[in-house]
Amino acid sequence: MKFVDEFRAPELIAKAGEEIRRLAAANRHYRIMEVCGGHTHAIYRFGLKDLLPENVELIHGPGCPVCVLPMGRIDDGLSLAAQENFIFAAFGDMMRVPGTHGSPLEYKARGMDVRIVYSPADALKLARNNPEKHVMFFAIGFETTAPSTALTLMRAKAEGLKNFSVFCNHIVITPALRAIIDAPDMVLDGFVGPGHVSTVIGCQPYQWIAEEAGKPVVVSGFEPLDILQSIVMLLRQLNAGEARVENQYKRVVAWEGNPAAIRAMDEVFELRSEFEWRGLGFIPQSAYQLRSSYAQWDAEQRFTVPGVRVTDPKAAQCGEVLRGVLKPAQCRLFGRECTPEQPVGALMVSSEGSCAAHYNYGHLKPITISSAAAAR
Amino acid sequence: MHDENNMATAARKIKFRETQIEMAHGAGGKASRRLVEGLFAPLLYGASQGPLADAAHIQINGTRVAVTTDSFVVKPLRFPGGSIGELAINGTVNDLAVSGAKAEAIVVTFILEAGLPTDILEAEVRAMGQAAERAGVVIAGGDTKVVEHGHADGMYITTAGIGRPLPGVEISPRSVRVGDKVLLSGPIGDHGITILLARGDLDLEAELQSDTRSVLPLVQALVRDAGAGVRWMRDPTRGGVATSLNELARDCGLGIVLFEEKIPIRDGVRGACELLGLDPLHIANEGQFLAIVGAEHAEAALSALHNTPGGEAAVVIGEVREQPESAVLVATLYGGTRMVDMLVGDPLPRIC
Amino acid sequence: MCLAIPGKIIEIDPLNTTQALVDVVGVRRKVDLGLLQDAPPVAGDWVLIHVGFAMSKISEADAADQMRTLKMLGEVAAAMEEVRGYGLENDFPDPPPQKWTH
Repeated sequence: MKFVDEFRAPELIAKAGEEIRRLAAANRHYRIMEVCGGHTHAIYRFGLKDLLPENVELIHGPGCPVCVLPMGRIDDGLSLAAQENFIFAAFGDMMRVPGTHGSPLEYKARGMDVRIVYSPADALKLARNNPEKHVMFFAIGFETTAPSTALTLMRAKAEGLKNFSVFCNHIVITPALRAIIDAPDMVLDGFVGPGHVSTVIGCQPYQWIAEEAGKPVVVSGFEPLDILQSIVMLLRQLNAGEARVENQYKRVVAWEGNPAAIRAMDEVFELRSEFEWRGLGFIPQSAYQLRSSYAQWDAEQRFTVPGVRVTDPKAAQCGEVLRGVLKPAQCRLFGRECTPEQPVGALMVSSEGSCAAHYNYGHLKPITISSAAAAR
Repeated sequence: MHDENNMATAARKIKFRETQIEMAHGAGGKASRRLVEGLFAPLLYGASQGPLADAAHIQINGTRVAVTTDSFVVKPLRFPGGSIGELAINGTVNDLAVSGAKAEAIVVTFILEAGLPTDILEAEVRAMGQAAERAGVVIAGGDTKVVEHGHADGMYITTAGIGRPLPGVEISPRSVRVGDKVLLSGPIGDHGITILLARGDLDLEAELQSDTRSVLPLVQALVRDAGAGVRWMRDPTRGGVATSLNELARDCGLGIVLFEEKIPIRDGVRGACELLGLDPLHIANEGQFLAIVGAEHAEAALSALHNTPGGEAAVVIGEVREQPESAVLVATLYGGTRMVDMLVGDPLPRIC
Repeated sequence: MCLAIPGKIIEIDPLNTTQALVDVVGVRRKVDLGLLQDAPPVAGDWVLIHVGFAMSKISEADAADQMRTLKMLGEVAAAMEEVRGYGLENDFPDPPPQKWTH
């Protein structure tokens, strides 16, 4: 696979690993947060932690839009879709996320018309092909995904399609980072920045992290070499006492982002005054809603939303894990009351949530694989 | 009398607590296992413990006979590379083959949806006849039921197969040893991805087809040349290689390490999995099998497969270790490792 | 949050130039080019695909540049090894021990 396999080349990965070990000063402990759930997933999938020295610690950030979605929003979305002739369309990621009375797949088992879509455009297509039904697209994602939803809504409006709406849960990453950085128990030294969000918003929105909070940010791609190179770049800055925003993912991310995508979002969305993030609480200006010019396609403006609020059990320590203060296995519920199959808190709910990733991919001690190399 | 009472009491301890059946319970992963071990086993299998396998070898008047049953529920009924009828025959033959038996006869039940066009049924029955002939198995009988329109997705097929154990091989997870090799007959993911694409919801196209076929000739060659070293076999259908190997790991208590770069995957499967965020190790296969073979027999085993039509792509993809206990690990060439578990339900595409 | 994959544009739909057929290692899908209309890509271009939309063009030049930088990481290490061979160990201390043992 072009633009993929080259960035998985084993010899180069080994070299990058060596460079990291060379740079990691023996008397120092580096705490680096990878913001994006996609990075969390990649780190586990490629076993990158095995290549890092003990004193370079990766902490998983809040960039998992499924994890931070409050359960009440799922309940709201499902209760809207419980009407006659309704189709509930969502990405596969949402299908097993539990609401108070079950997940979308469980609702499907009980008779609701629930469809998995790969693209918001597919949801629009469903609406075109099913004129007698109403298709509600349950939208999630950060700024990576929001422009696609926005463009889809623009197309729906241009077509005058009446049987389509979006229940919008798009969130914005930088306010969550501010919440983490401003927290009194902040322990982080630097950030691996969200590469795909940055294809849209560019690198400029992270400047304040470097300038005000004095922490370096390296915007990173998602292949093993990308992530390792980003860690090299962070270690170099940290060792030199620098704090800058750097772009490691140049082949795809432009410093100014994608203006057309930003325009699309601007046309359709405005910021909510605040939005609840599961595990982090209410964060101002951190999520999108549809403008009144798109009221007809906004499930929240068109239908009556119950506005359910569901609080997580006090025992769940998601907030502390999200801020990197606790490791997943240190949460008192991890692996016992809270597992991927019966998730209690946010981070167990999606496969890229740090607790789920740790549970699925990494909770057993890694073995020595020297004889694996020999046996090949 | 006393024994029967005890067995009856033990048999009634249902550990399955879920209040309704979900799709996940049929997907072959953790939820399926919970249902089988928590509801079926206590009520049906009584005191006979032991790993639940695809096929059972039973004794009838001193003769060992292999018996299996399977059911086929697939949408769409026809897909590139095959159809439900072929799956039914090949799947049954394969279940018996990987238990170390040659299928002799299959009986078939059709559950047909009222309104199903006859020519569709005819095409399936033809396909089954042809598949049976290719597999060298007799279709000995069957049953038919028709259900109301709106049920059965066109048709469901169930089979029961009976076969003769192959000489020279004894399948048991308990015989698996540290150092044994994990053999895979060929590329994974073809069937599951073909079905996913054939459903049309994801708007993806690829030149892929289901790998449905009888693996009996390959198993026979393997047993002939390396039978003494074959500890265990499985056809990784729903749930994929990950599920089959996790079941083995749990049954034998040892660890299985897979070498990522050795696992054969076709381009189209890889592309679809990367695009949709799926792991090929979790995708269903209908024409491949896994075998655990003693290290000293591995070369003979591979040679036997390579020299049999259809076995050219067979490869060692891993080995059995002491650690991690009861789990499966994937190792990359550059020294990274990750756990691979069985899924709860069917693999779902993701965007995150 | 961000599963995005590189794909090659096979052809642009002549009836609707915001739609293109893209190939990802043998899998094909219609992809929406609506977010790249400021500098529309053409057949043969590589784009980054997320939820059926092209997010960005992939720059071969930048990718090649990056590979060069990455290859050089090893060269620095080799140079240091050579220097160590000249008996200058005190000026170039050993790297910290590896986490996994052989």
